[in-house]
Amino acid sequence: MLDASRSAMTDQDFRPYLSGVAAGSVSRHKGNRSLVVVQEETDWAGLLMKVRDHQDKAAFAALFRHFAPRVKAFLMKSGAGASLAEECAQDVMATLWQKAHLFDPARASVSTWVYTIARNRRIDALRRARRAEPEDLDWGPEPEPDQAEALEAQQETERLGQALASLPLPQRTLIERAFYGDLSHSEIAAETGLPLGTIKSRIRLALDKLRQRMS
Amino acid sequence: MGYAAGQLPEAFSLVVATHVSLCDECRAQLASFDAVGGALIEETDEIAMAEGALAASLARIETLDRKSQPAPRRSAGVFPAPLAEYVGGDLSAVRWRRVGGGVRQAILPTGKDATARLLYIPAGTAVPDHGHRGLELTLVLQGAFSDETDRFGRGDVEIADEDLEHTPVAMAGQDCICLAATDAPLKFRGLIPRLAQPLLRI
Repeated sequence: MLDASRSAMTDQDFRPYLSGVAAGSVSRHKGNRSLVVVQEETDWAGLLMKVRDHQDKAAFAALFRHFAPRVKAFLMKSGAGASLAEECAQDVMATLWQKAHLFDPARASVSTWVYTIARNRRIDALRRARRAEPEDLDWGPEPEPDQAEALEAQQETERLGQALASLPLPQRTLIERAFYGDLSHSEIAAETGLPLGTIKSRIRLALDKLRQRMS
Repeated sequence: MGYAAGQLPEAFSLVVATHVSLCDECRAQLASFDAVGGALIEETDEIAMAEGALAASLARIETLDRKSQPAPRRSAGVFPAPLAEYVGGDLSAVRWRRVGGGVRQAILPTGKDATARLLYIPAGTAVPDHGHRGLELTLVLQGAFSDETDRFGRGDVEIADEDLEHTPVAMAGQDCICLAATDAPLKFRGLIPRLAQPLLRI
């Protein structure tokens, strides 16, 4: 939706447009599209391609405003203090720029990619352990990504988000704890007082449900 | 899923990453777990960044840009890239130690909660009969082995737990090289391997 004419907008122009989304308030700019529409239509992959091909700082700024506060929240839920989370979130966004040429919009949405970068940064920062990464595929990203595939990857993330939101609360909470909490299944067991077997089967059940709702 | 959420001990992560490098099906499954993480990032409440955070990030990028862009990681040898990074090279870089019966091993440097080792089993040779106190993941990198349950070739992973007691035998034809990770010492049935266990750290 952010077409060429929009990408020419300055940093300032993006501010009212996207910060409304960030703050979750639509009241300040009535008459604009509703919050949901803005979120769904923003072509994050397209913005990232502009960063990759043209080192487009305005496109980067738009990505930053959307993703950096989310990454910071993710890291803080994982147990990082505010200042560490702030610094790591800046790092994650810098990595997004640096590795833009490795992003393949046909394989993953930008949110998924941001998640993997943030998770790896969290492991570096909180656990100080190495985490082996699979080797990159033989075929790299296409220079001209297929728009339809890219759109599908982003829509899949949105559908997954809706499916997550519609899960029963206990299952949703467990998935969040498992992904955010930096807790192993046995640590969740210790914290919630539920037996380990129950936790494992609830997580499996929740993932199965997600899969059903996606198909 | 534990791998996607970043919670596995380092040694298990190494086996998963190496396996995923060889198995497209698991790569696709991993991508679907990562997508759950992506959806959670999208759904999460936001926490405002500090004043000037964007400028700070852009400044970081300036310093990064002067370094070379990271190249895709790929390996042409026996070891996929994630394993080659731990070993510091391919097969020829491994510093093997004999553990008896022609079997050789090399312990890889990982976190303490689980250990990872490379095993070299000459074609036709058996690893002593053993059971498991915890979880053992064994990934075949070259050749093949078979045990009471199945035959495993390059890229295959055998997942063994307390319930499995097995005698893996390297198939004839080619020496078998495996990457194995365990979170607890093995239980050998024979007396001699049991005595040798603490010395060999297996």
